[in-house]
Order: sequence, then structure tokens, then C-alpha cells
Amino acid sequence: MDQQDPKRGRVLPAPENFLDPAGKSRRRALGGLLTGGAALLAANSLRAAEVPAGTPAPTRFPPGVPPWSQTLGKPVGANPYGVPATFEGNIIRRSSPGLTTTTQSSVAFTPLQNLFGIITPNGLHFERNHNGRPDIDPYQHRLLLHGLVREPKLYTMEDLLRLPSVSRIHFVECGANSAMEWANPSVPTVQYTHGMLGCSEWTGVLLSTLLEDAGFDEKKAKYLLAEGADAAGLTRTIPIGFALDDVIVAYGQNGEMLRPEQGYPLRLLVPGVQGISNVKWLRRIKVGDQPFNTREETLQYSDLMPDGSSRQYTWIQEAKSVITSPSGGQQLLDKGGYFEITGLAWSGRGHIKRVDISTDGGKNWRAAKLQTPVLEKALTRFRADWTWDGSPALLQSRCIDSTGYVQPKMRQLREVRGTASIYHNNAIQTWLVDAEGKVHNVEV
Amino acid sequence: MSRSERIVGALAAIALLVAAGPAAAQSKYHLGQKATPEQIAGWDIDVRPDGAGLPAGQGSVSQGNDIYDAQCASCHGTFGESNTYLALTGVKTKLNYATTLYDYINRAMPFPHSKSLSADEVYAVTAYVLNLSDVVPADFVADRDSLPKVEMPYRDRVKPYSGLMSVDGKADVQNTACMQNCEKEVKVTASLPAGFVENLYGDIRDNFRGLATMNKLAPPVTSAPVEVAGGLELIQKHGCVVCHAVDKKIVGPAFRSVADKYRDNADARAQLIRKIRDGGSGAWGTVPMPPQTEPSDADLATVVEWLSTLPGEK
Ligand code: HEC
Ligand code: HEC
Repeated sequence: MDQQDPKRGRVLPAPENFLDPAGKSRRRALGGLLTGGAALLAANSLRAAEVPAGTPAPTRFPPGVPPWSQTLGKPVGANPYGVPATFEGNIIRRSSPGLTTTTQSSVAFTPLQNLFGIITPNGLHFERNHNGRPDIDPYQHRLLLHGLVREPKLYTMEDLLRLPSVSRIHFVECGANSAMEWANPSVPTVQYTHGMLGCSEWTGVLLSTLLEDAGFDEKKAKYLLAEGADAAGLTRTIPIGFALDDVIVAYGQNGEMLRPEQGYPLRLLVPGVQGISNVKWLRRIKVGDQPFNTREETLQYSDLMPDGSSRQYTWIQEAKSVITSPSGGQQLLDKGGYFEITGLAWSGRGHIKRVDISTDGGKNWRAAKLQTPVLEKALTRFRADWTWDGSPALLQSRCIDSTGYVQPKMRQLREVRGTASIYHNNAIQTWLVDAEGKVHNVEV
Repeated sequence: MSRSERIVGALAAIALLVAAGPAAAQSKYHLGQKATPEQIAGWDIDVRPDGAGLPAGQGSVSQGNDIYDAQCASCHGTFGESNTYLALTGVKTKLNYATTLYDYINRAMPFPHSKSLSADEVYAVTAYVLNLSDVVPADFVADRDSLPKVEMPYRDRVKPYSGLMSVDGKADVQNTACMQNCEKEVKVTASLPAGFVENLYGDIRDNFRGLATMNKLAPPVTSAPVEVAGGLELIQKHGCVVCHAVDKKIVGPAFRSVADKYRDNADARAQLIRKIRDGGSGAWGTVPMPPQTEPSDADLATVVEWLSTLPGEK
């Protein structure tokens, strides 16, 4: 096994700690010892003492030559549509145990803790459906555009693919992202606290292009209804201002057609607005003169306030950020080691201007580096250097968007909105790194 | 009133509108077709608070009672109090317009087979759910005139919130960008209870890059029992899985329990097919299974065949 370098900021679980013939039992032994206290010592002694007899020498590391350097590899095209390396099999969307009654009306979260940059891989973009996911034949799919228009229109997918297109990078965040955290921390990892979040390059036709094509009534048109072709026939009201600004009728996601989970073959993309407005499996847009007051704007997706009233049409997703590493469920191994703090920030009102980092629970802050590109209504990746001194630390990030809005603390949100409003929790997240290096979801 | 009658009604209304409207101007792309009134009428199902979009037809609370007990109670509870699935209490405590209830039931319920109710049936079951919620009296009849007039108890408490309706909306919560000595004291005020993560999520380290997938020698996943092909797909396709799982009770019994119960009963297969087709209660409790009219005889036979080969519960 390789030498221990105290300056390396290693995070458990790292692969080299688990390449062991004893499999799961070894992992348990390691976990048990680590909770015992002298984490570093335990890990070191394990490495020396616990390697079971009969373990092949690690010829894959220098000076040894691994088998893949000596064997002819697989043919080109062995995977005509590529799949991730088998070693990445744990990096998947996951549902939170006990959250929903049925898998048909449910949610699977994006594994933010394992992702790089700002683009969410198509197979990992979170999935939230209300009456199951339909499998739609694109040749039999139609988009109906009607209501206050000169000529109601029916578009085929081919029509839409031939119209002038745009490609833009935007985040999609469910309005209920972080909903489980309103009262107190209730889930262990950033996948569950913030994973109803994805960011893709979306391609499609601007909704304004279609509205002009159908000759919408510029005087009377105030609100649109967008409707899905799924069994939910999910509907949401879209104000005409958004529709004419940057809404996309999208068929493309990161260079390919949408995934079925993301609305294949057609969805609405309403940048910066609650995920549910980005209606998937889009079949109909109706131009109207008043809001539609749908179930997803009354019984659900309206925010209950402490005075018993509820806020309706809470469209915009306000500025929010979270550290994705180190984050809940990880373990830092090396006291005195270097760790890069990295995470994501976004705002439905514009772009991210600054992200600050605190390692002492919000007493003191310093600015993080923003990775370019920094785009409107898109995820922005931030980074900051950090050397962990081995004592407990409270990691936080706080973003400021182009309107000057500063991401609030949990208690500031609660003072105004109570704990029953479900949606729009954009509070600063705190991760506690304990003395053993274990990272926990906590509140300060 | 049947769906086709609804369509004809809507069609007539739209034909009038079109006749009165301005002549269609040419679009510059020459893509897409002009939608016909029939095409629009088939899809134009939304209903607004002012009643726009409500079709002809009607239904009473008592008619709705029968439909509800047969098609809704199994999930939402006899009194809307919930049976496994969500309660319908929001109708009283969150809903501002009864028309939205009609719109939603019409498009999305009953969950296993949405858009299967006629306009009369949707009116009736809407009336019944409103009555369950103490919003309308037992002699209420819902139709396109009465429904928009229903006074919902929560109406005035639902308020459009301008702060989040546009990008320049005013934020209700403001933090400051303080950099030094921002808090006097920092204390952890809440965290997950001990043992919570392990009990609910198992070994959370599996959620990170590493562990089992990186360890070629991890124990193999125990292989699934051999199943007759098609059973699993069919219970998905026909929506049985919203009430049944193989291993656990949801609304209806676990399929393994069913397999155990009838294992030594030669007549069971025919009997089960009939039971699924006709629905009913009594074998597992008082909650009825709604009649499953949609699967073909062949599909039901395959499901029952598959079901009876399931290994027992141990
Ligand atoms: C198999 C179970 C099932 C059956 C049967 C069923 N529902 Fe539902 N119902 C659901 C689920 C699941 C949801 C939530 C769907 C979602 O997440 O959007 C729901 C939502 C609803 C809601 C919205 C409640 C709210 O507060 O948002 C109403 C109203 C409703 N159902 C009425 C009915 C009626 C009326 C029937 C019978 C005609 C019916 N349901 C049959 C499972 C069921
Ligand atoms: C809305 C919920 C619901 C749906 C949908 C549903 N079931 Fe059931 N099912 C039940 C309930 C409740 C029972 C228990 C009835 C009883 O106690 O007799 C049941 C019982 C059964 C039984 C056992 C019958 C007996 O007499 O022991 C079988 C088999 C069965 N269901 C199969 C199916 C199949 C196949 C489908 C899909 C085609 C289906 N169910 C759809 C709720 C449902």
C-alpha cells in the first residue's frame, strides 16, 4: 500500500481504502474502528495489519504494470451508445426512503456530491413525476397552440425541429427542493438536501417564435396554460412576460434528444422558475387573459404562511448555494490536509455575483473563486482552498446574485415564513465536520 | 353526458368563435398545421375559476358517493381521511375554487386510469368530495352553473404573491453580506438523531464514488427469483403497482401473500381472474379493489399465472 502523505486531503470513502478482497466485511471493520476515535491511527494500522493472507501483490501500481496495459482492449463501438464505467455504478439518482407512497408520484434525486462542473449528466438529472413517466412515440406526439391566437396550430416534432432554434444553459430546480429541511435537518447527504436540481444545455424553439407564428393577441394575452401529455395532464400558468422573454419549447438536452424522464420528446423550459412550470411531455399551450388556478397552483405548490394564508404563483427560484464537497456522509481522513471546498450557486433572478465561504458556522466569511462560465439562471461552480486543522468545523456557503440579493439564513426565512410553507427553502446549508472528519447535516 | 357529446358541444362553441374571428394571416415558416375545432375540443379540457371550460352535464352528491366508494376510497379513505395515499383535506384547507377540483379529477384521477370518467361522473364525484369536506349540502348537484358559485372556505386566504411573480419582485427575506465577526456565538441547534441514517438509508458510504462498485470482489447481489416472463411488466402496464407490490402491502395485499394464500387451491386461478375483473372486498379486509376492466383476459391470465409462481414469504 502507498505511503501516507499528511498533506493530502483525502476524503473517505476513497477507492484505494476499499480495494480489498474481504469486501463488505472489511468495510464494516474499518467503519467500526473509525468511529472508535483515533481515526487516523486506526486507518493506518488497518492498512498494515488487516490485509488478509493470499492477497495478490498490488502489481497494478508502479513499478508493476497493470493488465490493461498488456491486453488488447475492447473493439471500437462495443458500446454503440456509451455508458459510464462500471466502477461508477453507485453514482445514480436515488429516492429518499419513505418520502412517497408510490413510485409513480415520486422523486429521484441528483447525486450532486459526485458531480463536477455545472452540467448534469442526462442520466442523473433528477426525476419528479406526478402520475408516472409516459413513453411517448414522437411520431404521434403533437403540440397544440391555441386560445387567444389568430390561427390555432398543431405542430409535429418535425415541424418543431425545423423551426429556428436556440441552445441555452439553465438550471431546473424543483420548487420543493430542500423542503424536508424546513423544520430541522432530516436527510443525510446533499443528494437529498439539494438534489432536486439539474443544469443542462437545452435546445429548442423560443416560445415567442411559436406565439408569433400563431399570431397571439398582443393586447389580450396575459397568461398561458402549459399542459403535459402524461396521465397527470399536469398544468401550470405561465405569465406572458416570461413567455416572450426566455421560455424555450425544448427537445434537446446536452446535445441529444430529451431523456424520457425529462419529458421526451418535448418540454417547456422556463428559466429560473419552479421546476414544475417546466412542463414535461408538453402537448398543449393555451393563450389566455387570466391565470388558470390549477391544482398545482392551489392544493399543491402554494406556500402556507404562519397567518394561515397561502402565497400563490410563487414562480421565481431565489438565489441559493450549497457546498457539494465536503458534504454530508463524507469523511475527511487527513488532519492538516488540504481540501478543496467546492459547490454550486444559482439564482432565478439573474446570475451569481459572488459566493462567500465560512468554515466557522457564519462568523467569518471569505470570497470563493467562481468558475467560468457564469451564466444567467444557470448553475455556477465555486471553489475555495481549505486546510482542515482537525478540529470540528462548520462549513457554509452564501451567494449574492446580480440583483444584490444575499442568500438568507434558515432562521431569517423561518421568522417570515414559519416552517409549513414547503417550497422555496433557499437557506444557507451548514455541514459539520466533526473531530473524526465525518461530515453531518446540521443547523446552527 | 358522454365524452363525444361534450366534444360536440365544445365544437359548436368554437365554430362560432372561429367564424367571428379575423382571417388567418400567413405564417412565415409554413410549418405546423392549422388546428381544427374538433382537434382543439378533444384536448381543451382545462377549467377556470369563472367556470370557463366546464362542459354540459351534472352529478349529485349521492351519485358521487357510489363512484367515490368504488373508485377513490381505496386510496383516499372512505371519508377522504386517507388510506395509505394522501388525504383530501386540502379541499377545505387549501383550495380557493371548486372548479379546480373538477379540473384536476377530470385530468388526473382516478390515479390508475386517469381521464376515464365521463363529465357526469366527474361532476358527481366532485360534488361528493365537496360534501365530504363540509363545503356543500347533501342535496347539492354540480353542473357548469353551480360549481363556480360554490364558496370555498379558504377562498380569501389564497393570495397571488408578487414577490416571486417576476424577476424584479421584492424579496421578503434579506440577509446582509457581513464578512467579519458576523455572529456572536455559533452553536449547533439541530442535527439528525443518532442511528437515523443507518436505519433508514443503510450504509450511506455507498452513495459516494468508491465502495462496492470499486471493489471487484464485493459479494454478488443475490439473484432474483425466476419469474414467468411478462407478469412484472403487466402489473406495471395496468397500473396494479399503485396498490400492490410483490413484497409488501400497499392498499391491496402483497402479491406474495396472495400466492401463499392460494397455493394449494386448484380453483384459485379462475377465481382470482374473476375477482380482479369484478373487484370487491372481504378476502383481505374491508377496502375494496375497484373492478379492473382494462386488462385483456390474456393479460389477467398471465398476471395470475406469474403471481402463483411467486416464492412464499418465509
Ligand atoms: C391508486 C390510488 C388512487 C386512487 C384510486 C385515486 N387517487 Fe386521487 N390521488 C392519488 C395520488 C397518488 C395523488 C397525488 C398525485 C400527485 O402526486 O400529483 C392523488 C391526488 C388526488 C387529489 C388531489 C389532492 C391534493 O390535495 O392535492 C384529489 C382531489 C384526488 N386525488 C381525488 C381522487 C378521486 C375523486 C378519485 C376517484 C375518482 C381518486 N382520487 C382515486 C391516488 C389515488
Ligand atoms: C385502487 C387499488 C387497487 C388496484 C389499482 C388494484 N388492486 Fe388488486 N386489490 C386491491 C385491494 C384493496 C384488494 C383486497 C380485496 C379484498 O380484500 O378482497 C386487492 C386484491 C387483489 C388480489 C387478491 C384477490 C383475492 O380475492 O384474494 C389480486 C390477485 C389482485 N388484487 C390483483 C390485482 C391486479 C392484477 C391488478 C391490476 C390489473 C390490481 N389488483 C389492481 C386494490 C387494488
